[in-house]
Amino acid sequence: MTGTTDHIRRRRPRESWFGRFQVAALVLLTLIAIIGKFYLPRLIPSTVWLELPLLLTVYFGLKRPSPILALLFGAFVGLAEDSLSPANLPIGMYGITKTLVGYFAATVSVKFNVDNSGIRLVLCFFFYIFHAFFYWLMRRALLGQLVPLDPQETLIHGAFNAAAALPLYMILDRMKLSGDLTAETARPYGR
Amino acid sequence: MEALLSRYRNLTVLLVVVVGQLLYLAYQVKTARDERLIRVWAVSAVTPMAGVVEAIRHNTIGFLEDYFILLDVRDQNRKLKSDNDKLRMENVYFRNQLSTAEHARALTLFQAQSPSKTVAARVIGNSTVASAKAVFIDRGYTSGIEKGMAVVTPDGIVGKVVAVYPLVAQVLLVTDATFKVGVESQKGHVHGVLACGTGACTVEQIQEEEKVTPGEWFFTSGEDRIFPKGFPVGTVISVQPGQGMKDVKLNLSGGPGGVEEVLVVLQGVHQPIPIGPVVEDAAMKALPPPPGEPGNDSKQPKATQTEADKVVQKYQQIGKEQNHVYGGLASGLPNFNAKPGATPTTNPAGGTAPATATNPKTSEPKAAAPVPAAPKPVLPLGAPRPKPSEPAAPPPQ
Repeated sequence: MTGTTDHIRRRRPRESWFGRFQVAALVLLTLIAIIGKFYLPRLIPSTVWLELPLLLTVYFGLKRPSPILALLFGAFVGLAEDSLSPANLPIGMYGITKTLVGYFAATVSVKFNVDNSGIRLVLCFFFYIFHAFFYWLMRRALLGQLVPLDPQETLIHGAFNAAAALPLYMILDRMKLSGDLTAETARPYGR
Repeated sequence: MEALLSRYRNLTVLLVVVVGQLLYLAYQVKTARDERLIRVWAVSAVTPMAGVVEAIRHNTIGFLEDYFILLDVRDQNRKLKSDNDKLRMENVYFRNQLSTAEHARALTLFQAQSPSKTVAARVIGNSTVASAKAVFIDRGYTSGIEKGMAVVTPDGIVGKVVAVYPLVAQVLLVTDATFKVGVESQKGHVHGVLACGTGACTVEQIQEEEKVTPGEWFFTSGEDRIFPKGFPVGTVISVQPGQGMKDVKLNLSGGPGGVEEVLVVLQGVHQPIPIGPVVEDAAMKALPPPPGEPGNDSKQPKATQTEADKVVQKYQQIGKEQNHVYGGLASGLPNFNAKPGATPTTNPAGGTAPATATNPKTSEPKAAAPVPAAPKPVLPLGAPRPKPSEPAAPPPQ
């Protein structure tokens, strides 16, 4: 038995349930996030600004420094959101936007210590602004829909989402959902 | 080439995914085709859960309100009673309106056309696009919902159905930036287009020379082929001159953003724009007492309601026909067996019954009949009674 295998055996009992069933857990969490966005404003109207799918995409990108997986996850979340969008909006608008968000989040995570709360706050704020602006730009440029974009409101919502991201990411960290183990333990899982 | 792709693998995958989605998006826009299957899958996967959550929330809140917030129950009960009374008054008001000759024509027209059929639905979720104002309702094509149908509340318009699934439907709200509604003002019948793209709702396409005043109501004009004509839209908040067109801001009466229950118009019927004030105001006014009809005095007996009332009315009619005054002196006994309206016969006392007004031959005894005396004042016991001025019977000749 090699040292690596021993290390894995020692490591596994400490992993959470989510760590072992990452794909299923991710799909479940994505569904919860989308349902939350779908239904939460009905329950609490003041939470219309909350972008749970976006925060999940950013988190996955930050914790998984693999741009391909991150952008594919972003595309999956975005397309799922698109399928619940109004029928006058074609499928793919959120897909493209969140693909880019996932890719950039994964790229940025290589450069920064993304476990730092301050950096997470700034990145979430930035990605929310980018997401809102790029989506608005696509609707305007590709679909020709003159949708208003309120900069002040977007900034405020960005700040709210960034603030909401911190406790959410702490919970997700506890779940070890992203499979973000230490560098030496990550390799045996095929990363 | 392979080395290049391998070196920029991440970027290559990104480009492939983005370009793939762009092409797919362009295909949808180009063919104007809705990818129904994907949406049906997604909606069918999400809405049952949302429906369950909504049911749990509704029942939980109802339970909490029932058992822990009983403090407000009395006030709510009082308010509900008040609202109920108000609605009943409105109901009476509308019944009276319909019964008048003025509305008989409208009723005939209403019956001639197919009446507006609606189906009630509950909002179960929002759209995932924050900037697009859309909601899901718990009625689908199994309930007869079709794409393009209008969605309203009794207070005003809400939106239109843009997608229909088996058990749910998606409604684009009038507050969406891409939604336009044809509207018409109440007083001047000024036509315009309602648009809520910039936050506040405005009525566009109104010329400067048109007259629109703040507080004026706007109704649907029916020109958009979505909403039937005559549904209330909202009141004018402000009117300001713009560049060639007036800048008219409107306050929506339906409150489409926060509605819980809506009505989907299955078959719409155009109605005329109301001329008078809005119904709620009219119902709250204290109406003057109804004018008395000629010959109608307060002493007229009321309509019969019970068997006792019918008997009383029958006896009164018998007494009237036989000139009998109940309680009068020397009035004799009336023939209670005689049918009302029939010629009086001999009364049981042996004498001829007093003549009726329809029998001129027996009109003479009518003069001898005692005149119904005015009600005598009630005197205390022991007080001196005045002597009768007229004898009860004619003096013997």
